[in-house]
This record gives sequence, structure tokens and C-alpha cells, in this order.
Amino acid sequence: MNTLQQAKQPFRFHTRLNLTELTGLRASVLPQLLELIKKVPGSCIYHHTHRFLEQHQYLSPEPPNDFAYWVGQVLGEDELAERLASIDTVQFSTIRSLREQFVETIETYLTEKPLAKLRFAGAGEEFHFIKSISFIIPTAHVANNLEEFVGILEKITVDSIYFHVFEARLRLERPTNDFSNWIEDALDCRDIADEISNLDPYTYTMEELRKKIVSIVRSGYGKS
Amino acid sequence: MANLNDYIPIVGQPIIDDLKLIAERLHGKVIRNINSTAVGGGVAEILTRMIPFLKELGVDARWDVIKGGEKFFAVTKKFHNALHGKAENITEDDLQIFMQTSQSNIAELDISGDIVFVHDPQPIALIAKKAANKWIWRCHVDVSDPQQKVWDLLMEFIPRYDAAVFSAPAFSRPLPVRQFLISPSIDPLSDKNKELPQEVIKAVLEKYEIPRDKPVITQVSRFDRLKDPVGVIEVYKRVKKYIDCRLVLAGGTASDDPESVEVLAEVRERAGKDKDIHILLLPQNDIDVNALQRSSDVILQKSLREGFGLTVSEALWKAKPVVASHVGGIPLQIKNKYSGLLCRSIDGAAFAVKQLLNNPEYARKLGENGKEHIKNNFLLTRHLKEYLLLFLSLYHLEDVVYL
Repeated sequence: MNTLQQAKQPFRFHTRLNLTELTGLRASVLPQLLELIKKVPGSCIYHHTHRFLEQHQYLSPEPPNDFAYWVGQVLGEDELAERLASIDTVQFSTIRSLREQFVETIETYLTEKPLAKLRFAGAGEEFHFIKSISFIIPTAHVANNLEEFVGILEKITVDSIYFHVFEARLRLERPTNDFSNWIEDALDCRDIADEISNLDPYTYTMEELRKKIVSIVRSGYGKS
Repeated sequence: MANLNDYIPIVGQPIIDDLKLIAERLHGKVIRNINSTAVGGGVAEILTRMIPFLKELGVDARWDVIKGGEKFFAVTKKFHNALHGKAENITEDDLQIFMQTSQSNIAELDISGDIVFVHDPQPIALIAKKAANKWIWRCHVDVSDPQQKVWDLLMEFIPRYDAAVFSAPAFSRPLPVRQFLISPSIDPLSDKNKELPQEVIKAVLEKYEIPRDKPVITQVSRFDRLKDPVGVIEVYKRVKKYIDCRLVLAGGTASDDPESVEVLAEVRERAGKDKDIHILLLPQNDIDVNALQRSSDVILQKSLREGFGLTVSEALWKAKPVVASHVGGIPLQIKNKYSGLLCRSIDGAAFAVKQLLNNPEYARKLGENGKEHIKNNFLLTRHLKEYLLLFLSLYHLEDVVYL
């Protein structure tokens, strides 16, 4: 295909910058954690299922979430920690449904193992509920064709990739990631769009994800 | 002093570009910072670095200092200790002195500006002067377990602010105002953190007569009971039974601080005649601290309480394996077994130090991960970005903000 084929509309890269808001809410035992997961704002659920990805993106390609980490490391409930860590975030298209999955997983576990309710976190090790505040800013980078798109993708911040892949889909509830959406709608390259769409981005570090998307696009137009 | 472009080789061009993008949204706004001292102390150090960078980004940042006499600062020092959970007898006289000095500052200071950014408890009462502008209270203190009387006093003022900022999640509690988490940061280009040539490190070791013949464990901290220097010696003694090593305890003491003199005496007594324990009284000498950290095999931070614990960030930035207490902001900097080892006791710390000294490859990996974690999360550029976003958040109440 012609890599210089002009898109029907250009793709403007945005970046997303994060500020962390504290809620003052904390849990010391599982029943408290469960009740708070049910009632905290969606931005808290988003934060605790995505923070690790951003802050530890260099070392962990796993999808650990803060709930799983705390339940395992602090409460020592390794089995529940594994169940929570295994929640497949990419399968959820809304924060609401993701929240329900965490609630159901913990409730089921507490029914099976009621003694787990007695485990408690020592002073200073409580779970603190935190919110993510996202600031979305258009950058100066605009792609009019796939060649330009890949060129920008190779150098843009990981925050921008993060926004278009994770935040756009789950937090803004768009049907797929922004890259696939544009490549299909503006360039009619459905194969490339689908291949990006079918990735499980939670299993990559951000830099690996960048390389993977670049490689998919390049392979798609025969330049790999 | 460095300018922002000097940080590009460390953090990358896009991070600096992002700062410029956000700062554009603040053009025309006056941000007035207020604290209690122009020199000395962590807050002044942060402002000294931040204000020029904000200006470089085109943000009209200003900095004013309140006036307070000896009595006022004696009272606010008591407040500081009480907020850290120390038992202090706060009298009615103390409260009166605090309010009287606050009133004179309210009367005398020009507090105009679109955003007034008040640092720490000393100037907190200035909020009485709030007009239609925005006010933020920045708390740099560990208030996880404060003495109630002083916290109640602060709560007379906090609800009148537009937002509060804390350094660690454990310092927050339900408040009637928005509260944000912004951790402090280190400057990778400062004397304390910049790369040093081997000959400089060697010269510093010679100066303090520390031979490189055996592994070195180091703690850099004031001689303060909350930093547990005596506990550090106990850790060393437990390690020494199995691994021949040296201990460097490096820190400052002030002649006008009777407690630090007392603690130093206790430390010396506990060290006895052990020639492998090096107790160093460093005046403010950042290059020496940098060299001592870089020449260490393991860095220890065995504090009992910590506001944040930037010495941990400093050590990790140098890719050193760190053993540190699970207190204050330290767990934000160290994820146990990923980027260092956390401990809760002398025995736990000794075990962790032995693990690191006996497994250099494991120690190296933790240090490398630690450096990357600091690079991504605790450098000055992240701090600057969060301050800019904090200012913008005052004009946007939603969780997803389109700028």
C-alpha cells in the first residue's frame, strides 16, 4: 500500500498528564476494602488499576493492580491476590463493569474463606484510595498519512501512547483505541487497525507497546 | 544554575516539551509562594529551584517570606514536633504568640496574585486575607499521627483554602477541601546528585580516612533519634558477625540543637572503639555526601519516622541497593524486592543488608530498578509538572480535563 496515502482526516496526537488526588479514605481489612471499592468514584478504580502500569512501566509487563498488590503483600492473602491480579482489564469496556468484577471476586472469596475477613493491615500499611485527574492536551504533532504517523509514534512521549491506547478506550469509553479507530476510518486499513485492536496492551511495558505498534504498522505497509 | 534544557539528556525532550505545553495555559497568572524562611530547610531549597524554572516557562511566580520573631519560631517548632506526633505542651500563650504574629503578617504582607501557594503551618493563618483568588496549602510535614490540639488549630484554617497538598497518602484524611498528592523531588544536576569523577570520590574517601578494603554500609542523616542512628549500629553489628564490613554514619549536627549533641554522644558510645565504624560530622557539603553515597555498597535509611525521606531517592538515583524502613514516603520510593528492600526492625534490616552484600547481582538489579523508578517519578521535572497541573486544577473541578 502507499504509505503516503493521505488520510481523510489527520490524526492529532494528544498527551495526557496526571495529577493524583487524595480522598482520605483508607481500608485496613478486606470488608472495608470491598465497601470502599463499591462506593469510591470511578476515577479511583481507574487509578488503582492503571497506576502501576505507569509508575513501574519499565520493570513490569504484568498487569498488577494496587488491590492485588495490597491483598498479597500486606494482608498475605496470596490466593485472593492472584485472583485479583488475573482480572483481565482489557476485557472491560467501562470502569463500572471493571469495578463490578473486583467486587464480585472479593465477595466470592470472602464467602469461601470467611476467616480472611480477620486479616488486617498494620499501622501505616492501610490501603489509601486515590483518584487520577487527567489533563488532556493536544500536542503539535499531526499525522496525515501512515509514514508520518509512525515517525511521530517513534518519538512521542509514553503519556501520549498511554492516552490513546488505555485512557481513550476504558476511561472515555471509546469503542477501541484511537490509533485503530483512525487507521480504519481515515485510511481504510482495517487489517492494521484490527491487529492493533487485538493486542492486550496490559501485557506490555509502555516502550514495548510503542515498538509493537510501530512494527504492526510497518509490517502492514510492507516496511518491516 | 541549570536551565530546563540541561535536563533533556536525562529526562528526554518530550518531558520538557510537555512542561512548556502546560505552562502556556498559565500565562498571565501570578503565583505567589509564601513560606517562613528564605534559606535553610527543605521548603526554601525547593522554592529556590522551582521559582526560576517557573519563570523560565513563562509563569509569573513570586516568593515572599513571612516575618516572625524568635518566640514565634519557637512556637512553630513546637507545632512541627507535635504534628510529627511528639508530645509537646502547647500552651495558651503559644497559641496567642502564633496568632499575634500571623495578624501582623496579614496586615503587612502584599498577598495579591491569582494563586497564593502557602507552604507549611507557619504562614497558614494568612488565609484570612483570601479574596476572590485561589489559595493552596502545601503541607511538607508527616501529619499521619499529629497531636490533636495542633491539628485542630490547623483545621481552623485548612477548610478556607481551595486545596491542600500532602507528600504521602498516609498523611491525608477526609477534608472538606480537595487534597492532592505531590511528592518532593531531587535535582539530578545538583552537587548532591550529579555524576562524580572517580578521583573526586577517591579524594573524599581519603579525606575521611575510609579505606576501600571491605564492603561499606552507609546511612546519611542528621543525628536525630527519629533517624535511629543507634539502631543502625545494631544492624551493622549483626551483619559484621558474618560479613567483614565498614559502617559510615554521616550527618550534620547543630550546636544549638541540644538533642542532636546528645544523640551523637549516644552513637559514639555505642560505636565504642570499633575502627570500622566511621562517624562523620559533615557540614553542608553536598559533594562529600554524593561521594560517600556513590562509594557505598549498601545504603541504609533506618528511620523511625520520615516526612518523605529524600536520602532514599538520592541513593536510588545513584543506582545503589537500599535497605529502608517502611515509614513515611519511603514505600512510595521502594517497592519491596523490586527497587530495594523494606524493613521494620533491626533484625529485618540486618537480614536485608546481608542478602544484598552476599548477592551483588541481586543488589545491582534492585539498584538499577530503583534508579529507573526515581527517574520516572521523583525528579524535579515531575515535581514541576505536578505543580503546574495543581495550579490548573484550581480552575477545573472535573476528573478528566481537556485543555
